[in-house]
This record gives sequence, C-alpha cells and structure tokens, in this order.
Amino acid sequence: MVAIDVDGVSRIYQKYSARHRFSTFKSALVRGDLFRTLRADEVVAALDDVTFKVEKGRTFGVIGENGSGKSTLLKLVAGISKPTSGRIAVEGKVSALIELGAGFHPEISGRENVFINGIMLGLSKKEIQQKFDEIVRFAELEDFIDAPVKTYSSGMYMRLGFSVAINVNPDILLIDEVLAVGDAAFIPKCLDRIDDFRRRKKTILFVSHDLSTVEKVCDRVVWLKSGKVMTIGEPKRVVDAYLQDVAAKQEQSFARAREERQAAAQTFEEERRENRWGLREVEIKRVTLRNLAGQEKHVYAPDEGMVIEFEVESYSKINDFVFGIGVFNSQGISCYGTNTSLEEFEPRLIQGQGRVACRIERLNLVNGTYYLDVAVHKKDGYPYDYHRNLYSFLVTSTLKDVGVARLPHHWEFSPGIDIKAPRKE
Amino acid sequence: MTLVDNLRTVWRYRVLIQNLVSRELKARYRGTILGFLWSFLNPLLLMIVYTVVFGLILNPRDEAIGATPWLYSLYMFCGILPWTWFSSSLLESANVLMINGNLIKKILFPAEVLPVVTVTANLIHFFLGLPILLLFIPIMGKTFTPYILLLPLVVLVQYVFTLGFSLLISALTVHFRDIKDILSNVMIFWFFSTPIIYSLKMEVLQRFKIVKLLLNLNPMTHIIEGYHACFFYGSLIPWKRLSVTLIVSLVLFAFGYTVFDRLRDSFPEEV
Repeated sequence: MVAIDVDGVSRIYQKYSARHRFSTFKSALVRGDLFRTLRADEVVAALDDVTFKVEKGRTFGVIGENGSGKSTLLKLVAGISKPTSGRIAVEGKVSALIELGAGFHPEISGRENVFINGIMLGLSKKEIQQKFDEIVRFAELEDFIDAPVKTYSSGMYMRLGFSVAINVNPDILLIDEVLAVGDAAFIPKCLDRIDDFRRRKKTILFVSHDLSTVEKVCDRVVWLKSGKVMTIGEPKRVVDAYLQDVAAKQEQSFARAREERQAAAQTFEEERRENRWGLREVEIKRVTLRNLAGQEKHVYAPDEGMVIEFEVESYSKINDFVFGIGVFNSQGISCYGTNTSLEEFEPRLIQGQGRVACRIERLNLVNGTYYLDVAVHKKDGYPYDYHRNLYSFLVTSTLKDVGVARLPHHWEFSPGIDIKAPRKE
Repeated sequence: MTLVDNLRTVWRYRVLIQNLVSRELKARYRGTILGFLWSFLNPLLLMIVYTVVFGLILNPRDEAIGATPWLYSLYMFCGILPWTWFSSSLLESANVLMINGNLIKKILFPAEVLPVVTVTANLIHFFLGLPILLLFIPIMGKTFTPYILLLPLVVLVQYVFTLGFSLLISALTVHFRDIKDILSNVMIFWFFSTPIIYSLKMEVLQRFKIVKLLLNLNPMTHIIEGYHACFFYGSLIPWKRLSVTLIVSLVLFAFGYTVFDRLRDSFPEEV
C-alpha cells in the first residue's frame, strides 16, 4: 500500500520585487484586477517534476544541499502549501515536525501551550489530557510546565515541541532537520521514538543533513538537487552518490580558493613571505596533491591514499638536503610529520630540476580540513625553502570518529554480547 | 458551495478557536498585577474621564441627548464600547496573519481561524466592559427597559459585519502592507462618520439632508444606533434598518471570505 504518492509535482515560487509590488498595488486599485496582477514575472522552481512513492510502514529519507527543495517537499506533503502542478496523495493522518513549537505563545504557560499546540496538530482536548503527563515527562519539563514559555531555554522549547508533535500519534510522520538542535541526551531519545514508530509500521518522511543517521534509519532515500530528483534507491548508494557530488563541488571551491590565494599572494608579497622562507638555494617550485591513481584532488575519503608531489630545482651542486612534509589539522595540531633525514635517507647530490613524491598509502585521518607544510632544508635545520601551511586538503566521510588520526582497528566481541554490526556494502 | 464547506471546516476547529481566544485574553494581561481587573478598570476610568470632561468642563447640552450634561458622557460611552470592539478588531486583523506567519508556514490549519479569533477576543473584551456601562445607566438616572434584551441581535449584526471586514482586510494586507497604515487613518474618519459623539437626532443634521443621507449609508451608524436604543433610550431597536445592515453585512462577509479563500494559497509564502 502506498502512503505518500508524489506524482510529477512542481512548485514554482514567485519573486516579487519592491517595485513590482508597488505597481500591482496601484493597478489593483485602479483597474481592479487584483488576482491577475498578483502573478509575478520572475519565478523560481523549488521543485521540478518530482515523482516518488513511499510504501506504508517505510522510512523514506530526503537528502540534498540547502535550497534543493527538501523543506518545500515536506510542506507540500503536509498540505501547508499546494503544488503548482502535479498531484500529491497522502493516506492517513500526518504530523509534521517542521519547526518544533511553531505555535507556542511566549506569554502563556507550557501547560496551556501544550493544549493549543496539540489541538493545532489535530489532537482532541481529551486526548491531550490523557497524554499530558507523558508529554511533559518525555520533555523532562515537570518542574517548569507552569512557567511561561518565554522563560524556557531554546532546548526546553524544542523538547516540548518535539514531545507534543511525537505524541500526536500520526500515521505519517514528517521530520525536517529537527534533531539538529537537541542535546546529547535528548537526540538518542528522539531517535528511539522514531525507531518505535518504525516498529509500529508507521510511515516516516525524514529530511536531514545527517547522512549517517539517514543511512541508518531509512529504507529508501531520494536525493534532490535544485528541485530535481537525482536518484532514488538504497540509502548507501544514494548517500554515496550525493557525497561524490558534494566532494566534486568542494573540489571546485578548493581549487578556486587556491587560485584566489595565489592571486592574492602575488599582490601581497609580504603575507606570502610570512608563510614561506628560506633563500631558495633549492626551490620548491610546485606542489600537487594527487590520489593514488594520479588524479589531482583536494577532497579525500579517510581510506584513500595521497601522493604529495613537489617539483624542485637546485641552482648549484648541493649535498646536504632534507625533504620533509607536515600535516596539521585546522586547530594547528601536528597530525603527522616526517622527513628524509628522520627516515635515514643519505643525501648525496641535487642539481637542476627534479621531482619528489611522498606516497601515503592510506590517509587514516578523521573528517576535517588539513594544512600541509612542505620543506627542503639542511640536516641542521637551515631552510632552503620552507612552505608553511600553503597547501590544504579536505577529508570527508559519513563516519564521525574523532581525534587526530584514525588508528586502523576492528572490533571483536565474545559470543555473549549481542551487538549488531553496522550495515556495510 | 465552497463558502459552506469553509464554514464547516471552521466549525470543526471551534475548540482551537476557543483556546486561542482564551490564550489571547490571558496573554493580554499576563504579567500585570491586576490581571483581568483591567478589563473593568479601563472602561471605568474612561467613563470617569468622560464624565468629568463633558459633564463638568465642556457641558454640552442638546435636546437630542438629554437635559442633564451628565447624560452626554453615558451616551458617548454607549457608542465608544462597541466602536472599540470594531476598530481594534480591524486594526489587529490587518496584522494577524503576519504576526502568526510562523503558524501559517509550519502548521496545517485554516488560516481564517486567526481573524475569527481576533474578532471574538475583542468581542469578549467588549462584554467585559458592559458591566461598567450597566452600572452607570442607573447612576446617571436612566432606567432599564425590556428592550435591552434585544442587545444580542445588535451584537450579532456587528459580529458578522466586523468579521467580514476583518477577513477582507487580513487577506489583502498580506499582499499590500500599506493597508495597515491606510486603515488607521480610515478608522479615525470612520469614527467621526458614525453617530458616537453626536446624535442623528440633532437639529443641525435635520437641516443638512445630504450629510444625514451619507451617515445613513454607513452600516456602523445603524449598529451604534441599535446600542443607543438598547442602553440609552430604552426603545425598540431600529429593526428595519438593522435588518438591511445585516443583509449588507452578510454580503460583505461572503465577499470578504471569498477574497480570503482565493488568496489563501499565497499566505505561506507571503507572510
């Protein structure tokens, strides 16, 4: 059975400029054609011919960048706004967690707000009375329920809103990024509730930027890009496709930032000197980051390898030289550093142009931006050419481990411990 | 008929309306020490001010209103109370969809609930002012007649008229924010075009027929005259004129609601 049927849905938003508004007001008054002139000339398609079906009892994820139409889609399914064209059929009672506590009035107490919010979301007064204690308990607001809502912290506000919405007991639950604001203790509680919903075979439409949660809870995922459906399918596959697209985009903005930095560096020689020193008896002319396949890249997965390649030129015969690299994270902590001297390479002679490559088989770094030091210097530390933090790259993945580096590891459990391994390809 | 369907939907949401109205009234005095007492105090203080200014200082005397100058303040008060209901309803309606934009954007419910709540909350407010008026009627030397029982009819006509206007104003203001400012000026003009601080029976008006005709074209004239009949003169309400006013109000209501309904889909993105 289909719970949500979205068929060829488009939603066009209109852009009114201030001037346009004025002319419509005037013409509406003068010619009386109020409804006709309200049609704007500039339009934006927030959703463009979107089609999908959600089976009853399934959890369906929606991912995409900001402005890709996710929230618009949710509003259409909730019935808050209407599609410009296409058809949406929804089977069952819908509760939308689009913005928690949207209807709360700051001046009156939490108790009264629970009643009004509950009624707005479709509960009867009697149902709210029955569920009231549970709502308050779940929100952990027993001591504050009679205080005006304006005295609540944003966390309390959100907890109460979530608690009311989840207790509406809908057939279809729409969740829009609402878990982002909870604290570390409340989010697992919400996720538990969502799991509970799934077990009771309720339909969930789940919008989130938290891709690992999407992968975990969803049966199917749709990826929206500028209002269009890119792919629909298995969570892992769709999330990976989305991540690749994001990585490509980051790659572009990284390259652009680098170009800008280089352009700026030529203008501000001063600044450049701060990050680069040495008399350049041996000069590092160019540094490129590549993956193991040899493609130039700036965005990496943690399990990918990287080749740091630098072109050097020595303007005389030099026999004391060391090549070194250093990787720093955004807090400036050194994650790894090494050089040819530490690894006991014996320098003999460098003259003219050459190429040095440091091949890292697996990065094993956690998510984040990293900065690279590249240098060539004497054994005693006298720098020929030292590049400080001049190069950067990004590590992204759905894994959320923390620290400085990812130590290669795996988990083992004795048979008595019942624990489910994560889904893997 | 969509209008009937819409009305049925609003009726289904009556519990919400009821709760929102009580929220509105509670929120109004939340944080004040006297709380609901202000609903009585405000008109009481107003009445005292009128009595002092018009009874003692200005001392207007006109056959149409009564022999003693005290009566003028009572006469004025009879008209001011319902007028306040009317004008605050409209001025608040102009803003109500924008103020509650968050609700309209995030929660599915019929938006007309909001102007209905505004008009109804102000109606309750009007009711809370009535005891003061009823208290002053005997104090000022007037007597109650059974005609006062016809008051609900006058209130009904005013409710339909006010609500129709509120629906129209609230929907249009979403698109044309200027209406809010236009409205506050129009309300001042309208106030003086309604026999609140003067009487239709005044001699000067009998001479200027054209002015009297214009005043009679104002629906609020007949509504306020209805209150005057109930409270001040203790006579039968001008039921023929009020019936016509009711018909006009119903037409306005149907028109206002239709406009509201047609603009409804644009609210979530415009407020």
